[in-house]
Amino acid sequence: MILVVDMNSKKNPFGLQEFVLPIFSIAEEIEKSAVKHYLELNATSLNGYDKVILSGSALKDTTTFNQTNLFAWLKDCDKPVLGICAGMQTIGLVFGGCVKKCREIGMTSIATCKQNILFSSTFEVYVLHNYALVPPVEFDVLAESANCVHGIKHKHKDVYGVLFHPEVRNIEVVKRFIRTF
Amino acid sequence: MRLGVLFSGGKDSTLALHKAVEKAEVVCLITLVSENKESYMFHTPNIDITTLQAEALGLPLIQKVTAGEPEEELKDLEAAITQAVNDFKIEGVVTGAVESVYQAARIQQTCNNLGVWCLNPLWKKNQKALLEETMTIGFKTIISGVFAYPLDKKWLGRQIDEAVIEQLVALGDEYGFSPSGEGGEIETTVLDAPLFMKRIEVLGSNVKAQGNSGVFSIKQARLMEK
Repeated sequence: MILVVDMNSKKNPFGLQEFVLPIFSIAEEIEKSAVKHYLELNATSLNGYDKVILSGSALKDTTTFNQTNLFAWLKDCDKPVLGICAGMQTIGLVFGGCVKKCREIGMTSIATCKQNILFSSTFEVYVLHNYALVPPVEFDVLAESANCVHGIKHKHKDVYGVLFHPEVRNIEVVKRFIRTF
Repeated sequence: MRLGVLFSGGKDSTLALHKAVEKAEVVCLITLVSENKESYMFHTPNIDITTLQAEALGLPLIQKVTAGEPEEELKDLEAAITQAVNDFKIEGVVTGAVESVYQAARIQQTCNNLGVWCLNPLWKKNQKALLEETMTIGFKTIISGVFAYPLDKKWLGRQIDEAVIEQLVALGDEYGFSPSGEGGEIETTVLDAPLFMKRIEVLGSNVKAQGNSGVFSIKQARLMEK
């Protein structure tokens, strides 16, 4: 069973509709799935789930950047995790990385720089962010655009992050993550 | 959150408005009237009817004319949103974007420049389900433009009902177009909806069509008690 975590600030009335349910729909087609908001997560929240996807959030929403303590569970998590945009940035921050200003909005090209289970070669993606992640040392870089890192994987865990939004034009990336684990 | 809705008068922006009203405070509508029939951003048949729709909805309308030149029209959009920020203190803009990354990205960019939220309640929703939702909740929507094979003039002016949805979905599957017109294959005009305090009655119209491209233009209309 897949847990899709809503990473949107409660201030956004449509974060769930715009950034979470599109991922949930892709996941639910393959495997039974559920949605929880990140503020609802606690030590036992992941029980019963075998993989976790952290959603993206709106351009103006960087709320989770200052709440990384609520994601400390990621460090001990032995389940496969995929973070999307804000999800990836939050994973990076939890593991000691940092964010830097980098705006990309719309379709752009990214190139794979390390073989991985999510994607290969150079391809077009939809991007929507004001910040990029400077990945922590424990992570390998999987893909980059001309401006920033777009894919990461923990060196020893099945913890992945993509900065682009695969639910928009690259749903196969989400499907590969689900089907691999 | 105080919101302005980017409003073309078609089914998607009207549905986005209905969803926004359920969750936040909608304080104005924002309409770009494009003079360029080829514009991918804003061109919509019967855009002038938004004046009557806004009156029916009891919402103030910011209407800006744009020449509709690519990228230049974004400056007009920025000016319209800026006016909504100044006059109505909006904190966010709601759009009816479903699939088009071309439109969505440009509106996101514009809102980001102005520091306002860009909210897309219909984003990536199933297009047939959206068509059905507009019908189920009581929209009276007519097809006011067709721009894709094999759609032709006999579709113009038709009200969207169950049979029309089934036919559009079947044709969309067969000929590879979006059944809800997300790629501009179909344009629509909403004449009544639950939030309308009055309905729109069309008194005069004409149809201009050639092959698989045509427009149903409302020439005269009025508000009627419901």
